[in-house]
Amino acid sequence: MAQRSSAARKQQERFPTPAKIAITLHVNGVERKLTVAPWTTLLDALRLYLDLTGTKKGCDHGQCGACTVLLDGRRINSCMTLAVMKDGAQVTTVEGLAQGNKLHPLQQAFMDHDAFQCGYCTPGQICSAVGLVAEGRARTPDEIRELMSGNICRCGAYPKIVAAIEQVMFGNAAQRAGDMGQ
Amino acid sequence: MNNFGYTRASDVPDAVRQIAADPAAKFIAGGTNIIDLMKENVTRPSRLIDITHLPLNRIEDAQDGGLRIGALVPNSDLAYHPQIAARYPLLGSAILAGASAQLRNMASTGGNLLQRTRCLYFYDMTTPCNKREPGTGCSAIGGVNRMHAIFGTSEHCIATHPSDMCVALAALEARVLATGRDGERSIAFADFHRLPGDAPHVDTNLRADEIITAVELPPKGFAGHYSYLKIRDRLSYAFALVSVAVGLELEGDTIREARLALGGVAHKPWRNPDAEARLAGAPPTRESFSAAAEIVLRSARGFGHNDFKIELARRAIVRALTQAARGTPQSQADKRIA
Repeated sequence: MAQRSSAARKQQERFPTPAKIAITLHVNGVERKLTVAPWTTLLDALRLYLDLTGTKKGCDHGQCGACTVLLDGRRINSCMTLAVMKDGAQVTTVEGLAQGNKLHPLQQAFMDHDAFQCGYCTPGQICSAVGLVAEGRARTPDEIRELMSGNICRCGAYPKIVAAIEQVMFGNAAQRAGDMGQ
Repeated sequence: MNNFGYTRASDVPDAVRQIAADPAAKFIAGGTNIIDLMKENVTRPSRLIDITHLPLNRIEDAQDGGLRIGALVPNSDLAYHPQIAARYPLLGSAILAGASAQLRNMASTGGNLLQRTRCLYFYDMTTPCNKREPGTGCSAIGGVNRMHAIFGTSEHCIATHPSDMCVALAALEARVLATGRDGERSIAFADFHRLPGDAPHVDTNLRADEIITAVELPPKGFAGHYSYLKIRDRLSYAFALVSVAVGLELEGDTIREARLALGGVAHKPWRNPDAEARLAGAPPTRESFSAAAEIVLRSARGFGHNDFKIELARRAIVRALTQAARGTPQSQADKRIA
């Protein structure tokens, strides 16, 4: 233990605490000014400093997708992103998807299909799905599954999640046909 | 994460100056690997030099008729670029076989080359690892080594390079452009990554003061006959147990030129010139493919848990060559192996 703290002291001497850095993020259309340490991830900035706790911390290692947000319109893992690197960026979190009281079509589709159980992965799933639809690369259920593979659901709600996304992408007719096939 | 400083590079010369002046600093672009390594305490830079504002995000025609890919082009932009889809589909396919959509949106071309092994012992600070702490030993040799290398290993390290993209770049014989204090140089892809030997902590031949600025693809893209076949424990979002990148140039019933690179089996994308030579001039038959696989696997060595990779690689090579010859490349969405 004594050895450990001596090593920690040595480490601190080598790397004096760096200054915090002022940044501006445009979060859900609102300009937010922040002063953050270099090691503050975008995820922590959103949750701890902006009180936007809809975005979830799951693994904190880019493996589960719970922290997915849209950065300048593209879906990313906010846990693997440093806030200081995103000065000036547009960030959309799950809190920014609804228009007033009207849910985003994907939020509504997740409700319609009961596409969750515990709900912890859901904000990341929905943000990821918004990114997926905007990318326009998925045309089949196989492609939806493949391109949503960065979002893990430990409750196993995958069939409903794919159905919800299909509803938004292909409309209800395609969805009914899909349900009948199940 | 430990405390660290943060600066931005204003242009390539500034990036070189900054890294040369602070050997304990590291560049950051997409951050998908280095931030993870820093959270695990495996990497402890004094400072991160943010290179994301450098003008290295273009894909443009190269003078020799090939394609020049800026080091900051995100993996997703590269995979879906029309020129890649039309001329280098092997590269696009390999990129889409790796990571997730979110990570591909973040990860850069240069960073993909520099990502580090996912060997569990490398990540586990409580175990010896020559790659993380030189001289402490290799825990994977005699340990849990199911994911580990069967080619080019040393008594010091049996880690694998985790990239899919790099396997395709090796098969395509890309070149890596790097700039350092001594100016710009072009590195053949085969010379970029290194084998562990007695210095497994060194992954590449990039110098400490160099920054990758671009990857260049030669004109030949093998767009007609290619396949990227990735075998892994789950169908998506997992590292390769074995992957095979194939490019074939066929003339009637004869293979004029063959490119074959393997991933998940060595410290770098693995090629075997003898196997490729065996295919050149041969008919595209199962017999030719088996003979080539036989040549590749001659130098394979298992370490216990990963012995299965030898037979798996043999079969994957034959399958990928068959897919390429038939013009039916492996789909990265429908995972049934054709």
